Amino acid sequence: MNNIWAIYKREMRAYFVSPLAYVMYVLFLVVCGVFFNMYFSAYYKYSQEYMTMMSMRQQFGGMPPLPNYTEMVLLGITNVMTFILLFIIPMLSMRLFAEEKKMGTIELLFTYPVKDIEVLLGKFFAAASVYAGMLALTMVYTILSYNAVPDQTYFPAVFASYLGVFLVGIAFLSFGIFASSITENQIVAGLVSFAVLLVLWMIAFVDEIQPGKLGEICNEISVFAHFEDFSKGVIVTGHVAYYILFSLFFLFLTLRVLESNKWRA
Amino acid sequence: MIVAEKLKKVFSRVVAIEDVSFEVAEGEILGFLGPNGAGKTTTMRILTGYTPPTSGRAVIAGFDVREASLQARQQIGYLPENTPLYREMDVLSYLGFAAQVKGIPPGDRARKMREAMEETGIQDVAQRTINKLSKGYKQRVGLAQALLGDPKVLILDEPTVGLDPNQIREIRELIKNMAGKRTVILSTHILPEVSMICERVMIIHEGRLVASDAVGHLKSRLARSRTIQLTLAAPAAEVNDALAELRGIQKIECKESDEGDGRCRIRVETDPEMELSPDIVNRVVGKGWKLYEIQSLEPTLEDIFVDIIAGEKEV
Repeated sequence: MNNIWAIYKREMRAYFVSPLAYVMYVLFLVVCGVFFNMYFSAYYKYSQEYMTMMSMRQQFGGMPPLPNYTEMVLLGITNVMTFILLFIIPMLSMRLFAEEKKMGTIELLFTYPVKDIEVLLGKFFAAASVYAGMLALTMVYTILSYNAVPDQTYFPAVFASYLGVFLVGIAFLSFGIFASSITENQIVAGLVSFAVLLVLWMIAFVDEIQPGKLGEICNEISVFAHFEDFSKGVIVTGHVAYYILFSLFFLFLTLRVLESNKWRA
Repeated sequence: MIVAEKLKKVFSRVVAIEDVSFEVAEGEILGFLGPNGAGKTTTMRILTGYTPPTSGRAVIAGFDVREASLQARQQIGYLPENTPLYREMDVLSYLGFAAQVKGIPPGDRARKMREAMEETGIQDVAQRTINKLSKGYKQRVGLAQALLGDPKVLILDEPTVGLDPNQIREIRELIKNMAGKRTVILSTHILPEVSMICERVMIIHEGRLVASDAVGHLKSRLARSRTIQLTLAAPAAEVNDALAELRGIQKIECKESDEGDGRCRIRVETDPEMELSPDIVNRVVGKGWKLYEIQSLEPTLEDIFVDIIAGEKEV
């Protein structure tokens, strides 16, 4: 525990001493902000039209339901977030092991009396914290919405979608750490994780192009297909389990890669 | 304190070291000498548990580095080649990190860190970022982290490489002072360094140990001849004849200067038991030749290698 904490602290410092974390925060928040603005404006326009429509139709009776603000705006941007994470998370994870290998510091680290799993968890939690901080900052949109339209801001749904985004990010991160552990080149680690995650995203479209068994299988594998329910504000245990298992699987593989240095005689 | 038994390491069919066995007693300072690529770093990495040996085993303070890896690592202070440190950290927080992962209890950390910094003389730069330190200071920080946790064994891989002469002297002094209560094994490719710091020397060549002896012994054992070099103004052939008459001369090489100033450079190999310099000077001066330079040459690492490898072939 003590060792995990030591490594966690060191990694956190490394993130915030270099411009890396700040660049990612800015990038993520700017893109999310732009989309929030766009969705919000779209909703505003939509609700204006709805009002005119309502007054026109009042005499006839029979009205479509009111557009749902939470779903359209707040859940809408979580969809965008998962897509941005595809670019951001590899940047976050690529340095974790690759940098230490390149700099040679890994030699000292692994000759300290520290278990491999402690190194891995310390690094993983640090990256996860940086990511969680980034995500937490986007909560400002929910708070703003609550101030503006309290009766239309439905917290449980927002919570469900944030849980989904968080899990997607953690899954990406686990894969990114794995990629970082197999190379000493940060760029390669970043590109490998980006490329693989991109493929895992794209196979979600197979079903749309050609529905059938293959599409279903692809949907089960795709990291994005499992997010759909979250983005409607629904928590499905199966999807939660998928992300947790996905993460554990790649963390486990990373651990094996680290350990392999000790037995590959 | 350190036992290595028949260590062998093969990197994808290239044999890096083979049949390396040695022991280091408690409190001893062992110099590990060899040219670049001889297998020094590989051996040291095996001792620290960083690289597993293909076969053989290494035991540090009673703990096998593979079976009881964590306990063995607890006994080791290691300074890898080129001093890889977390450059973005300041000295104090880096040492704080090292102290924590080495399992020093929080209450003792500040004191232990202060002791390590005092021993290596880096108190003044405690707040500085490692990246901004000179190479000599980086090396000291590396030594300080190795000292944390009171390891019984210090493993230092080429601790003086890349330093300027002043820094080299300081680091050597530091290492000397660090020894005593600790067992030290340090690698180098500089022969005088070994004679300055170490009590015993081990020579590795092409992955095999070729000699292991006390420093003094090795030198005298290897010195089958002593070389004296002189520069004087005289015809080479005459010099040759004049010096050949002296007793104890084994070999004379004369070379006329290319600059056409009539000087020649002479290398004389003599019996190691005899000090012939005064006789040579007498003879030269007696002949009325001008003597510009006389110098007794220490055997270099190269000489020793040539000697040892030649010796092996004879056997």
